[in-house]
Amino acid sequence: MFEKSREKVAHFINARNSSEAIFVRGTTEAINLVAYSWGLNNLGAGDEVLVSLMEHHSNIVPWEITSKIKGFTIKYANVNSDGTLDYDDFESKFSSKTKIACLSHVSNVTGIINDVKRIAKAAHDYGALMLVDGAQSVPHLKVDVQDLDADFLAFSGHKMLGPTGIGVLYGKKDLLDKMSPFQGGGEMIKEVEFAQESGRCGISWNEPPWKFEAGTPNICGAVGLMEAVKYLEAIGMDDVLSHEKELTNYALERMKECSKVTLHGSSDLSIKCGIIPFSVQGLSSHDVALLCDNYGIMIRSGFHCAQPLHQQVFKLQSSARASFYIYNTTGEIDRFVEVLKEFEQL
Amino acid sequence: MATLEDYVARVEGTCGAEKDVIVVFKYEKKDEAIANIMKRAKMKNSIAGIIFELTFQDLSFRLYTSGKAIFRSIKDREELNRILASLLL
Ligand SMILES: Cc1ncc(COP(=O)(O)O)c(C=O)c1O
Repeated sequence: MFEKSREKVAHFINARNSSEAIFVRGTTEAINLVAYSWGLNNLGAGDEVLVSLMEHHSNIVPWEITSKIKGFTIKYANVNSDGTLDYDDFESKFSSKTKIACLSHVSNVTGIINDVKRIAKAAHDYGALMLVDGAQSVPHLKVDVQDLDADFLAFSGHKMLGPTGIGVLYGKKDLLDKMSPFQGGGEMIKEVEFAQESGRCGISWNEPPWKFEAGTPNICGAVGLMEAVKYLEAIGMDDVLSHEKELTNYALERMKECSKVTLHGSSDLSIKCGIIPFSVQGLSSHDVALLCDNYGIMIRSGFHCAQPLHQQVFKLQSSARASFYIYNTTGEIDRFVEVLKEFEQL
Repeated sequence: MATLEDYVARVEGTCGAEKDVIVVFKYEKKDEAIANIMKRAKMKNSIAGIIFELTFQDLSFRLYTSGKAIFRSIKDREELNRILASLLL
């Protein structure tokens, strides 16, 4: 069942081989795996890692931690004031020192879809690798790792109708073959042989993906993720995206009726899926979230784990964020807008 | 004698630069907590009878009938506990 789940998930993102899909706890662990297993062995002083200012903290912090250990530099590419990636700035920051570019496919704050294929091409032109944070893309649109030419792709089960505590790191086979293990323990070894002469154990690693899956895996999580993938496939990812775009379009239009609401980021639906960040004049985002909660509407408030984007780009203390998925309806958006209108009394 | 623990399920710091504090009351004690607070704090505004904007000792905060309250500009946990004790006990 566990290996069947791997096959299903690998096929879902069009990996060449199921051995390219490593089960992890989620996107965060997947990126940490790359930063530690690949980064600690391939990065050093003089090297550069390129990320953007719109990244989720999980695509910033592992690089900041490992850069302190290995002494490499991190360069942050700008984001335009409408939340879109400044592609010129990103591309201008590539050099022969760049070893990996790390970019979210879809921003968890704005829902803006980044052209990661373009950035992957630029990375490869400079001999660098491309890591795609797919936490917000794999659940919402068709992701094809071969088409994107991503070297690594990270995503989480719980954002795509699956259970918590399971996620995937996709990595190209030739890279995984060369990488060192992440954690040590059972499953990830071929042999642990005690040598009398040295008084030590000689260890040989298992093949990928098992080389990166130390200990008893989250079997239930993997099977749950397989079922979630089957469910999404039955709907069809094109339909998932078009439903979300329809809802987003409807919500963007209706939210304009609320005089105290300010929408953040581009509203261009051709590069956006179902996330709308906004503020309400005179209220903190937490007020807005609690007010909505009181009416049974769940939104998120705060930095959404993307503090640099809020502070450097949007110049905001925080934002409220409405987001949609396959189970949401226009009726729910009507209710949401009614509630937003009630805020005008405050 | 009643204590804050009788009423408060948890206190959540918020993520964001504002550092608002959200107090979540225990479900079974929320009506009593709300009644106590309403008796002691001054009402500034009410929305549809489910959200109340209140003031207490120069501090303004919002109380929700869902059993949550949001406080702004609280210095530290000590100050919050002092205010909650005055409002609840
Ligand atoms: C874009 C993005 N990257 C990474 C993560 C981290 O995912 P997880 O907490 O599942 O590891 C999230 C979660 O919100 C996200 O939205």
